[in-house]
Amino acid sequence: MSGLDRRGLIAGAGAALGGLWLAGCDRLNRSPTAQALIGRGEALTYKAQRALLGGGQLAKEFAPKDVSPAFKANGTMRPRTPEYEALLASQFADWRLVVDGLVKTPLSLSLADLHAEPARSQITRHDCVEGWSCIGQWRGARLGPLLEKAGLADSARYIVFHCADRLGGEGPRGLYYESLDLADAFHPQTLLAYEMNGAPLSVPHGAPLRLRVERQLGYKHAKYVMRIEAVESFAHIAGGKGGFWEDRGYEWYAGI
Amino acid sequence: MVKIRIRRHSLPVRIAHWVNAAAFVLLLASGLQIFNAHPALYWGQKSDFDRPWVAMTPSGSADGRLIGVTEVAGRRFDTTNLLGVSDGQARGFPAWATLPSYRSLAEGRRWHFAMAWLFAINGALYLLWTFLSGHLFRDLWPTREQSRPRHIFKDILDHARLRFPKGEEARRYNVIQKWAYLAVILVLLPLMVLTGLCMSPGFNAVAPWLVEAFGGRQSARTIHFLSASGLVLFFLVHLSLVALSGLWNNLRSMVTGRYAIEVGE
Ligand code: HEM
Repeated sequence: MSGLDRRGLIAGAGAALGGLWLAGCDRLNRSPTAQALIGRGEALTYKAQRALLGGGQLAKEFAPKDVSPAFKANGTMRPRTPEYEALLASQFADWRLVVDGLVKTPLSLSLADLHAEPARSQITRHDCVEGWSCIGQWRGARLGPLLEKAGLADSARYIVFHCADRLGGEGPRGLYYESLDLADAFHPQTLLAYEMNGAPLSVPHGAPLRLRVERQLGYKHAKYVMRIEAVESFAHIAGGKGGFWEDRGYEWYAGI
Repeated sequence: MVKIRIRRHSLPVRIAHWVNAAAFVLLLASGLQIFNAHPALYWGQKSDFDRPWVAMTPSGSADGRLIGVTEVAGRRFDTTNLLGVSDGQARGFPAWATLPSYRSLAEGRRWHFAMAWLFAINGALYLLWTFLSGHLFRDLWPTREQSRPRHIFKDILDHARLRFPKGEEARRYNVIQKWAYLAVILVLLPLMVLTGLCMSPGFNAVAPWLVEAFGGRQSARTIHFLSASGLVLFFLVHLSLVALSGLWNNLRSMVTGRYAIEVGE
């Protein structure tokens, strides 16, 4: 056998083995038993997080010198819908945040109204599910007092955030949305932020309003928030998993 | 000379060992999947995107081909087909190293956290048992005589020449083997769990001091990667030595507990 043939044979055998290994891994990944096991793990992770984070602990707050010089924006950089473009053109003068659903008094708030609500400033670390972190300063209306103002009905269990951006394209499932349970909605660091690093929120970071939920990963921090809806269950919304990325396989509780 | 079979590994060690081996392989492959979502490492609290400590990036070459560039502490290496670019596509680690093979951060995370439970609980039970049963000081801690420089030196030479202990000496782990096992079970395995937890913003709110002890979240992520690299290195050497020092005897001992040695009359 010539050297070349032999090399070809070895490379071929290697490729075949590699292919088998890959197919095996992906087969394992598809197996219902493995998926059931993983589902158990996920349920355990959720319970552990809820048990540990029940005490309303605060996320660490940093000093102004720690702020990232270049805070990375992710997801939608600019919602290119006619509605959003029109709002942007008028510098959000006509924008209103709607608070409705299972509330006693539905609200419709301008940016000026939001600025008059109980506010909080915080310098926190933003952790992306991809693995990177940036530190930024946020100022915004605390979600808790706002919800108290609207008055939650007894049946309200979750707060859903409907956004202006279509990260998933056209169609009913294309819109970005997120949801929190009441424990996180009423956490003192949960804000509807209108300011970042001392300036009005920029378009890539979610102008005019984004959510901050400091003890969870970046995808929970919905940008371009248009409407806040109190619900008993989010099963009927879009893919039914409680958020844009949740509908695409990510965990609803994103504390890790 | 007669061949006798001694009892070498207790049942708890054998069970914990194989559970750990399975969890480790799945954690590694799913961990590399997660790493591929942002194949760069930093030190400190936050990511300085302009100055990563490690980064695997695609870069165009003159003839329009994609080349994979791996940067470590400011030095750049061409790692095409392994890191940065493989199968003509931009990706940190290649498809054969990740679970699943295609890009899916969501599925990688689900596997990783499920296996992390198995790994951490199994590891904690093993450590507890190892400590309480006396296994730690009886079998894993080098004896006074094994720790003498002369003995250590001889052991290193023996390893280099692939000469493995025989007879009575084969009843126990040799000193280099003991160090390697102790480093794995007392340093690397606990580090994996702790640095893993410190990447969780939720856990950071519960125990802020721990992530500070590692120097920040991005440092914790880098240490997580480095200690995983240490485990991979151990794993490769471990497998080679298992194979070279009597594959079937070794494997049987870790499965049934029985190990054959040759002793004089
Ligand atoms: C499938 C791959 C593996 C095989 C075939 C294997 C095989 C073995 C064998 C035969 C022994 C006994 C050595 C002796 O009696 O001298 C052993 C011990 C050990 N292995 Fe592995 N191993 C594997 C994977 C791993 C991994 C992934 C780790 C850790 C990350 C690991 C950690 C250990 C430790 C700590 C011991 C000592 C256990 C004790 O005495 O408490 N092994 N392995």
